[in-house]
Amino acid sequence: MARAVVTMAPQARRGEIVEIKTLAQHTMETGFRRTQTGELIPRDIIRTFTCTYNGVEVYRVDLHPAISANPLIAFTTVATESGMLSFQWVGDNGYAVTEIAPIRVE
Amino acid sequence: MSLGARFLALAAACAFFELAGSAAPAAEIPLEQRRSGYELMAPETRAIQDDDATNPGMLWVLDGETLWNRKAGAADRACGDCHGDARASMKGVAARYPAFDPARGRPVNLEQRINACRSDRQKAPPLAYESKELLALSAYVARQSRGLPIDVTIDARTRPFLEAGRETFSRRQGQLNLACAQCHDDHWSAKLAGSPITQAHPTGYPLYRLEWQSLGSLERRLRGCLAGMRAEPYAYGAPEFVDLALYLMWRARGMKLEAPAVRP
Repeated sequence: MARAVVTMAPQARRGEIVEIKTLAQHTMETGFRRTQTGELIPRDIIRTFTCTYNGVEVYRVDLHPAISANPLIAFTTVATESGMLSFQWVGDNGYAVTEIAPIRVE
Repeated sequence: MSLGARFLALAAACAFFELAGSAAPAAEIPLEQRRSGYELMAPETRAIQDDDATNPGMLWVLDGETLWNRKAGAADRACGDCHGDARASMKGVAARYPAFDPARGRPVNLEQRINACRSDRQKAPPLAYESKELLALSAYVARQSRGLPIDVTIDARTRPFLEAGRETFSRRQGQLNLACAQCHDDHWSAKLAGSPITQAHPTGYPLYRLEWQSLGSLERRLRGCLAGMRAEPYAYGAPEFVDLALYLMWRARGMKLEAPAVRP
């Protein structure tokens, strides 16, 4: 189960600053840990997170091994027009999750 | 904090308890002085718990909702096929566990109850303790009791197990020769290696522990405490753990359930 949750207000006034909170379910295995028998646990992390607003990139993060499991990423954008926000998490071992959230701007 | 540092801190605490009042028996915390571990947390950690949009435990709750409605086992039945909408049928259930199970003749915890349902009704193999699925289902069920007061039933059938749990709580054990009560009844206002000692009320389980980077059950927490005391932890689902959980829930009676809580 690779789950991601996006929380934001579904509507906003034009020009308003909108807060967006995202939570992605991921172990963020650093690649530095070893098992009890000494074998290295391979790295398995989310590498990038991007948010596009009607196709325009408004937010991007590169993630690194020091970032916690189930990373919470909260950010803001300016409500410009009604449409769709798309959120994409991409990581090691083919991990890719996309979520969308509609917004109505008045 | 590393395990070594934690051990040193515990060893120091052990020596401290030996010096300071080893003769005084553990006294139960007066009801009005009881505090959830929530109140000892940093404001930032409380904020993570308070908002479902930031509480990582909600990821397990959402998984649990999916599992609740998924058919499983030879009976090809989902939890929801018998129990219906969990938001109504499971309301207050987690606040009553561990509860007496006539079939086993002893109290069972929520995880055992879920697994009993799986094997008896769904004809499915039981879920492993601390598996993602069992944590998700127990988190989903526990979530339905958030805000409700803890209310385990203590009667003639459960009282012997309550007393057994109380005995485990106040018995010195492990290489450090410590009892749970020495920290959590007698020294809950103090600190251990810079961290507040809590009163050990199980108000938020299963909970997301930042140290674990994951959701975990009460028994995982208890095993951590026992290992820190250098005692041999009981196995998951052991009768000693269920009795201890019953005692802890009785000790926290009336306190509000916070599941899934967040703790440092």
